Amino acid sequence: MQPHLIKRLWQAIKEPLDGWLMLFLGLVFLLSLLVLYSASNQSFYKIDNKLIYTFLSLVIMWLLARARPQVVMNFAPPIYLLGMILLLAVHFKGITVNGSTRWISIGITRIQPSEIMKIALPMMLAWYFQKFEMSMRWWHYAVGALLMLLPTGLVLKQPDLGTATLIMAAGFFVLFFAGLSWKIIIGGVIAGASALPIIWPMLHDYQRKRVLTLIDPMTDPLGAGYHIIQSMIAIGSGGPFGKGWLKGTQTHLDYIPERTTDFIFAVYSEEFGMIGNILLVVLYLLIISRGLMITARAPTLYGRLMAGSITLSFFVYAFVNMGMVSGILPVVGVPLPFVSYGGTATVTLFVGMGMLMGIANQRK
Amino acid sequence: MRRPQLKNLQAEESQFQLRLLAAYSFMVLMFIVLIARFVWLQVFQHEHYSTLAQSNRISLVPILPNRGLIVDRNGIVLAQNYSAYTLELTPSKIENLEKTIADLSKIVDVTPRDLKRFRKLLDESKGFEAIPLKVKLSDEEAARVAANGWSYPGVEVKARLFRDYPYKEMTSHVLGYIGRINQQDKEKLEDDDKTTNYRGTTYIGKTGLEAIYEDDLHGTVGFEEMETDSGGRAIRSLKRTPPVNGNTLKLALDIRLQEMADRMFGERRGALVAIDPSTGGVLAFLSKPGFDPSLFIDGIDNQTWAALNSDWQKPLVNRALRGVYPPGSTFKPFISMAALENNAIGKTDIRPAPATFYLPGSSHEFRDSRKTGNGMVNLARAITVSSDTFFYRLAWEMGIDKIHPVVGQFGLGSKTGIDLDGEAIGVLPSKQWKAKRFAKWGPQASRWLPADVVSIGIGQGFNAYTPLQMANATAIMANDGVVFKPHLVQEVVDTHTGKTRRIDAQPLRTLPFAKDNFEYVKQGMTGVLGPGGTAARIGAGLTYSMAGKTGTAQVVSIAQGQKYNASALAEQKRDHSWFIAFAPVEKPRIAVAIIVENAGFGAAAAAPIARALFDFYLTGKIPGDMGQFKTIPQEAPSTDAAPPD
Repeated sequence: MQPHLIKRLWQAIKEPLDGWLMLFLGLVFLLSLLVLYSASNQSFYKIDNKLIYTFLSLVIMWLLARARPQVVMNFAPPIYLLGMILLLAVHFKGITVNGSTRWISIGITRIQPSEIMKIALPMMLAWYFQKFEMSMRWWHYAVGALLMLLPTGLVLKQPDLGTATLIMAAGFFVLFFAGLSWKIIIGGVIAGASALPIIWPMLHDYQRKRVLTLIDPMTDPLGAGYHIIQSMIAIGSGGPFGKGWLKGTQTHLDYIPERTTDFIFAVYSEEFGMIGNILLVVLYLLIISRGLMITARAPTLYGRLMAGSITLSFFVYAFVNMGMVSGILPVVGVPLPFVSYGGTATVTLFVGMGMLMGIANQRK
Repeated sequence: MRRPQLKNLQAEESQFQLRLLAAYSFMVLMFIVLIARFVWLQVFQHEHYSTLAQSNRISLVPILPNRGLIVDRNGIVLAQNYSAYTLELTPSKIENLEKTIADLSKIVDVTPRDLKRFRKLLDESKGFEAIPLKVKLSDEEAARVAANGWSYPGVEVKARLFRDYPYKEMTSHVLGYIGRINQQDKEKLEDDDKTTNYRGTTYIGKTGLEAIYEDDLHGTVGFEEMETDSGGRAIRSLKRTPPVNGNTLKLALDIRLQEMADRMFGERRGALVAIDPSTGGVLAFLSKPGFDPSLFIDGIDNQTWAALNSDWQKPLVNRALRGVYPPGSTFKPFISMAALENNAIGKTDIRPAPATFYLPGSSHEFRDSRKTGNGMVNLARAITVSSDTFFYRLAWEMGIDKIHPVVGQFGLGSKTGIDLDGEAIGVLPSKQWKAKRFAKWGPQASRWLPADVVSIGIGQGFNAYTPLQMANATAIMANDGVVFKPHLVQEVVDTHTGKTRRIDAQPLRTLPFAKDNFEYVKQGMTGVLGPGGTAARIGAGLTYSMAGKTGTAQVVSIAQGQKYNASALAEQKRDHSWFIAFAPVEKPRIAVAIIVENAGFGAAAAAPIARALFDFYLTGKIPGDMGQFKTIPQEAPSTDAAPPD
């Protein structure tokens, strides 16, 4: 009787989940535990916390994987509206930390509304395009662009360039899959590039410094360049096969800044080497491939747009983080997906995965 | 559906697939770029970066800020730092720990206590950090270790700053102590995002003001960016960010008053809190017995800890903050306010104060502390002579619902908000309180009984308050209802800029009670120190006006018909002696609550302490029989002592 019950329970749990995604995510998660243990100097404190918030995120993911996308879709306008209201609230009465105003207090705790927008904006756009699927005109793209630029602008003003870029990217991917003309896309890129001289003076000092440091970290080896130099030393000295788990000298002699969060890839890279890096990149690529398969098979426009945006956003996270730590992109606060320590970002990622699985289940 | 639309859909479908393919190709391409970058860094540049890593040229060496001082209101130092050498071992760098320790013991005096403490710290650590084997080396020992050119790696003599509390037991319950940062502290620092600022820091405030004002006292760590050679030795300093030393805490506390109170208590147990009613500043804050805080700084060994913890006198318990005692008759002024505010009695009403009080229809005897009773008295006089039967009846007539809202406004039964952690709430009895407190014993036990209120009228029964709450309530009474938050720290002084930050200088609120009711109760309290009052002897020869109230808190209840005989009861079962007071009555500058445990009647043990403190604080007079003071110069009364009012 009992084994039978357990079997049925197991069936019920795994039924809405996507086997391939779970396998790849599981492997990334195992790697992340190894590297976090090393990065936190062999303390179990952060591991314990990570296990707790990952479990909670999994529950949320499971619920979303079970939910029908047509139902979830209807929450897009209210969630988007709520996100906008919270962003406005941040603008007017947010909490300022280190010169940027990103948080707002809601009684017991404080939240970062820009995190909500990472999911709310693509949802809203996908909902919008699905609603007008049969009667798309050029101005629908214009309205879509406006829906995208409003939250992006507010987040940019906080200022939080990293998150603003991610939100805009998530929105842009929806427009892209909805059929935004190539002419406009290429035109936009050219316009953006030619607008650089105008944007440059509008950037904050620290943002300009980050870009300059990227071009030549050695200009400021003790200031802004320090992080990049130290993480590049970590990666480079790791060599093809790495120094071995728990044996990274850069890590354990305290040279790597933010080594459990944004720069955790440097720790991983130092200890597991190029082989480890390629393994991680391949795992990420597998997740992305699976995501695009789900996108291609999605039966509704909403499903397609949402799945495509989630998958491409996931790529952006991974690429931007690894690119910044290895010194080919400027330092922006983007965590390495499913590896960096931090509950908020993990919940957002798993929400995305849950929605993706929900869309995959639509065909069943 | 129109035909062109269908065709459109097909076109859309293929366009969508095309875009998917474009996106996928782009992502694969980007990942290839990334992998190319890895190959470049990890294969082609590997050697270059390996060299850099081995001789990592820039190392950040933290420079510790000096922990802030704690001084009393006159600038007398209560907590300070001094520099001394320590012998520290880093276990992860030592091959044979036992042999190293044995070798070191030959040139440095390592006591069994040092060893015990070392092993305890070793158990708690992970072996990466340096652990002191012996703290405070003598100059000779430091020189000997240095001269032997100690060749063992992982063994270092370091100059470190130590914390010193010159007044030891006397201030232990106020200042608390610092101690080594343990795993729990580390996790908290991590959660609060403060780990960077604590790089290189080994100590953190654990209790008392040291803990509450940790952020102020710690300061901001500085960094020296050093160029090092491949052996890790510093070659030269590239850049130095100096540390910002911790702020100085200037207390409202007057250490001379504190010492006087401490001396007057002698070996007796108890607590004393003195507050300046016009600011809420705490002038003296004593819990007896205290403990030597220096025992805790470098980790206390288990034996000493167990001994302190199991000591029947409970030296580790902060009685002023956490001890809850029935207030006894010191409660009477506050219940009098409740009676006046509720018009339960008029100021001129004369009522009997007999030897015994009976509830209607009951034969249970509520006795007066005075065998003969006090005849006919008004409310003020009832306070002055401390008639129990008068207040039994008053409380009975009012009922609990009229008492607790007024008494509660004096802060009794709630936290005062003082700048110390772990304040006890005490018990302000009410029907809701009893229902909640006794809920698990059923409705019978948790229902409010009419008789419950009777003993509450004289401060017994369920009543239980801390000495701090009593001092605060007395200050509010003295102040005609203006409430301040009691605070030990008066101002925080930035040692670099000299800027000061005042703590809780503004009154919180003013109680909505009639001024003449306060005046009336204070008149009764002034009578306590006058002829016929319960503390008349204490009031003899006053050069300023003083108001007070004696109290006796029952520890054991006395059976019906039996007589209380203090000498027959074991000492620990004897009553506690209470006294609350303030002076000068017209413009109060000091309010005090004192409890002396197991000392019998309030007038005998607690009241003389208050008188001595007030004499000194208000007139600069020192009692003749007190001998040498640490804090008070003997020649003449201190010049900055306040003139008599």
